Amino acid sequence: MTLKQLSVFLENKTGRINEVVRTLGQNGINMHAFSMAETADFGILRLIVSDVERAVEVLRARDFAVMSTDVLCLSCDNTPGSLATILEYLAEEKIFIEYMYAFAQADSAHVVIKPNDLPRCLDILQQKKCTLLTKDTL
Amino acid sequence: MIWNTNKECMPREQMRDLQGKRLQKLVSYVYHNVPFYRNKMQEMDLSPDDIRSIDDIVKLPFTTKQDLRDNYPYGLQAAPASEIVRVHASSGTTGNPTIVGYTRRDLAIWSEVMSRCLSAFGVTRNDTFSVSYGYGLFTGGLGAHYGVENLGATVIPASTGNTEKHLRLIRDLNITGIACTPSYALYLAEVIERMGLSKDDLHLHIGAFGAEPWTENMRQEIQQRLGLKGYNIYGLSEIMGPGVSYECEEQHGSHINEDHFYPEIIDPDTLEVLPHGQTGELVFTTLTKEGMPLLRYRTKDLCSLMEGTCPCGRTNIRMTPIMGRSDDMLIIRGINVFPSQVESVILEMKEFEPQYLLVVDRKNNLDTLEVQVEVRRDFFSDDIGAMLGLKKKLSDKLKSVLSINADVKLVEPNSIQRSEGKSKRVIDKRKLV
Repeated sequence: MTLKQLSVFLENKTGRINEVVRTLGQNGINMHAFSMAETADFGILRLIVSDVERAVEVLRARDFAVMSTDVLCLSCDNTPGSLATILEYLAEEKIFIEYMYAFAQADSAHVVIKPNDLPRCLDILQQKKCTLLTKDTL
Repeated sequence: MIWNTNKECMPREQMRDLQGKRLQKLVSYVYHNVPFYRNKMQEMDLSPDDIRSIDDIVKLPFTTKQDLRDNYPYGLQAAPASEIVRVHASSGTTGNPTIVGYTRRDLAIWSEVMSRCLSAFGVTRNDTFSVSYGYGLFTGGLGAHYGVENLGATVIPASTGNTEKHLRLIRDLNITGIACTPSYALYLAEVIERMGLSKDDLHLHIGAFGAEPWTENMRQEIQQRLGLKGYNIYGLSEIMGPGVSYECEEQHGSHINEDHFYPEIIDPDTLEVLPHGQTGELVFTTLTKEGMPLLRYRTKDLCSLMEGTCPCGRTNIRMTPIMGRSDDMLIIRGINVFPSQVESVILEMKEFEPQYLLVVDRKNNLDTLEVQVEVRRDFFSDDIGAMLGLKKKLSDKLKSVLSINADVKLVEPNSIQRSEGKSKRVIDKRKLV
């Protein structure tokens, strides 16, 4: 029930994101969501793409430092308060969220979560009957 | 003012005679006390008796920084340990610093030559003088310190750091002179403005600037912003420390204390001695040193020598400002940095590719060192904290090896230019010459 996220190391240099996006595009890889974490001199671009294995391969061939990371992709109603309820479950169980980002699709909202303890987080969300997306259901 | 008219204004023939006598004594001393030199001379079929005048110096072997490293720590020391009263050290490439031991007489001569420098800058017993070179293993702090004391002025051992407190002392104690790196002098000017002070609140009128090369433009700027007259002072720890040469009020070349440090200029490739006026590598022989005397030590500094009596009255030979280096050493905030030092640190860490680029710049009048390294793909992490940790690990290691802060920049794999031959490892954006 987990999802593979693609992470790309990027120097803070104009045009570097274009090259990632262009490479993915040329290889027919679609991006569902992404988020950019930045520091003073480098950033980490995190993406949910249609084909992670292929994305790793094509980006490595172009000398990018890339890796795939297991994350959870939660789907909830696109209504006020739905996410808050779920995050409260996690907080009660002392699950720490390292980072998260979200994208909405019509009536549902998808939230990518990187918890400190992925197996436990998964257990909790499943017990609470939350909808989790995988490669096939995304 | 001239501190030692006898030596600083000695007629040329008399000086050459004195240098010749001292060289004879020195060669015999190292031959009998330093196996390194005895072996070298025997290999060259040379005996101390072959040295009869200063002109014979060209027969003697050269000494290099590598020789000092190979004979770490005390291999080139001539005096017995019981005679050594102080040791200084300069940073080394692969963990071996250069160790220099001084006898009591060496320290007395050091204070003497420093007093000559300070007198030439106009320092008198009535001055209060701040020494803002680092105190410690580096020769700058203590070397200047005892020179000021020997001259009879009041010394303020300010060392480096805590600039605001230092500036308050400069104002409140009526400090009239300061010894520091030229880049630190410019930084002081900046802090003065930031603190809402002006140069007129201070009484500085003499600056002794050294430990790094500087330009005439920097001098004009420092003089104008601090309201003082800035003089160059030159030295290197292997030979003595600060006090090897100094500018006079003419500010036209630095007079060499050549009764103690005999200068030559050589072609760094052919090792031939070049005539005065030609630019080449500066070489010194320590004519009077007891602790660690050196024959024809190659400084790697490029300059030329100027003959002729100076309008100030001194007859001792002058050297032009340093125009560069014959090796790849960088001087950053007065500290000697070799790219190979950075390389050795990076090679030790499996997280990085063995590629790097050093970018040296001067921002807000302070030298900056940026070290660009490529993170190995296997060590790239999605966790920002881990990546920042990697950065800190490298900058901590660099700090312990280089003694200065380096700004580590993580760059993408394969983004540092590779080349077949000698790759470009350093970009120095400072305009010094």
